[in-house]
Amino acid sequence: MNSDKITRIVLYSFSFLIILVAGGMVFSLVGGAIPAIKTFGLQFIWSNVWDPTEGSENYGALPFIAGTLITSFVALILCLPLSLATSLFLGEYFRNTRIARIIGLMVDLLAGIPSIVYGLWGFYVLRPFLIDMGFENQGFGVFTSSLILAIMIIPYATSLGNEIISMVPNDLKEAAYSMGATRMEVISTVILPTARSGIFAGYILAFGRALGETMAVTMLIGNSNRVPDSFFGTGNTMASVIANQFGEADGLKLSSLIVIGLLLFLITGIVNGIGKLIIKKMG
Amino acid sequence: MSEKNIIKIKDPILSIQNLSVAYDKNNYAVKDVSVEVKKNTVTAIMGPSGCGKSTLLRALNRMHELYENIETKGTVLLNGQDIYKLPTIRVRRMTGMVFQRPNPFPTMSIYDNVIAGYKLNGIRLKKSEKDEIVERSLRDVVLWEEVKDSLFKKGTFLSGGQQQRLCIARALAFGPEVILLDEPTSALDPVATSKVEDLLTKLKENYTIILVTHNMAQAARISDYSLFMYLGELVEYDKTKNMFTNPQDKRTEEYLTGKFG
Repeated sequence: MNSDKITRIVLYSFSFLIILVAGGMVFSLVGGAIPAIKTFGLQFIWSNVWDPTEGSENYGALPFIAGTLITSFVALILCLPLSLATSLFLGEYFRNTRIARIIGLMVDLLAGIPSIVYGLWGFYVLRPFLIDMGFENQGFGVFTSSLILAIMIIPYATSLGNEIISMVPNDLKEAAYSMGATRMEVISTVILPTARSGIFAGYILAFGRALGETMAVTMLIGNSNRVPDSFFGTGNTMASVIANQFGEADGLKLSSLIVIGLLLFLITGIVNGIGKLIIKKMG
Repeated sequence: MSEKNIIKIKDPILSIQNLSVAYDKNNYAVKDVSVEVKKNTVTAIMGPSGCGKSTLLRALNRMHELYENIETKGTVLLNGQDIYKLPTIRVRRMTGMVFQRPNPFPTMSIYDNVIAGYKLNGIRLKKSEKDEIVERSLRDVVLWEEVKDSLFKKGTFLSGGQQQRLCIARALAFGPEVILLDEPTSALDPVATSKVEDLLTKLKENYTIILVTHNMAQAARISDYSLFMYLGELVEYDKTKNMFTNPQDKRTEEYLTGKFG
């Protein structure tokens, strides 16, 4: 056997292993989910009961789906002005300058901070601050989580936005300037329209990040298993209910958590797919 | 240097006096250039690459100020007004500019591209006024018949030559005094090039055209006056006919006969 053939066999088998691992994971998850799916059916998705009392066990995913979507969406709204301004600062106003490189580095640094560190900061710094401002529930809740999520997803929206904005061809901007446009007019009529689908894709990907974010949210959302009664109320997300309860869960409860995990996987998969599709379409 | 062959123009629309432009300090791209431009003519700026042609052109609508650390000295009078004493935005509205590569706005339709100057400057027009400006500008660049049924399609679907004519229409729509073109045919094929050249000779009836070109044959074909620059200096300025048949400066002659460039 020549070495070329050996290399090929090794590469093939390792690549195949990846399929096996991924496939096995999905297989065992689906297997674990079956008891809950059999017991609750599709109703699981919109039922808002979470009752672990033995004998009358009843579980539904609505509080967590709602918590996840609400916190992520609010985080996206909060992150929008910040990341758009930063993208324009880095990609247009101060393109290729030292200050842009430094701030760009900081943005990348934000992306590298582990979730648990954000959680600690949120718990010990942000939360006391919010309590001083008069927040109820000891500063825990949907809004607090959204705030920390917003900071966490800024780098994802910003770096793609910055990249797309700096790719807007110079001669388009010059054409606008040559007609007497101010910088603001160039941004609003040339740069943003040209870069809009890329910026949009950045927000979709950032939203995808927010959906699956676990640790920091778990530490701040208050972990009450109900649909949040207000913007500032406590709640729970799909990721954080799993993180909180998997340890002491078994039987039907464990199976329900696994279903929630599958649903989360499905939602983030779809959201990321949409984002990547937009990027691909832009070429 | 009094021996330079630089002709005088009677009642010029544009008068450049002792214009110098430096990138960074003392790195002059344009050195002490004085030239007058006659109304309703095509004036070509020629010279080897890096000689300051484009910088000179951009100094005429202050586009060179988009770069940082630019220093400009001298006076540029457009219709008697010193453009360096007017607001930049007004100067740029008084002039139209066309670039090397066709650059219609990719997010806008053909129609919107033509009236982009009005949109960018926040000027609101009635639908009928817009229609009229669009038709007139597109007729001016001989593009109307080709695009009148697809006005609301994106301008980027047109061929390169059509795109460049669309860009000229966009520059005309605002009714500029002077049109500045920076090697407008360097990205076009020969057929599209000759269409643009024909167009420019026609447009000079109503506009004054200044054209940067590295293509001597093009300057000879379409320009009335020619200006030869070398290393940022104005070497010679004359009627194109005279310059091509009887250049006064040795450097001009060498350039025109292909000894360098």
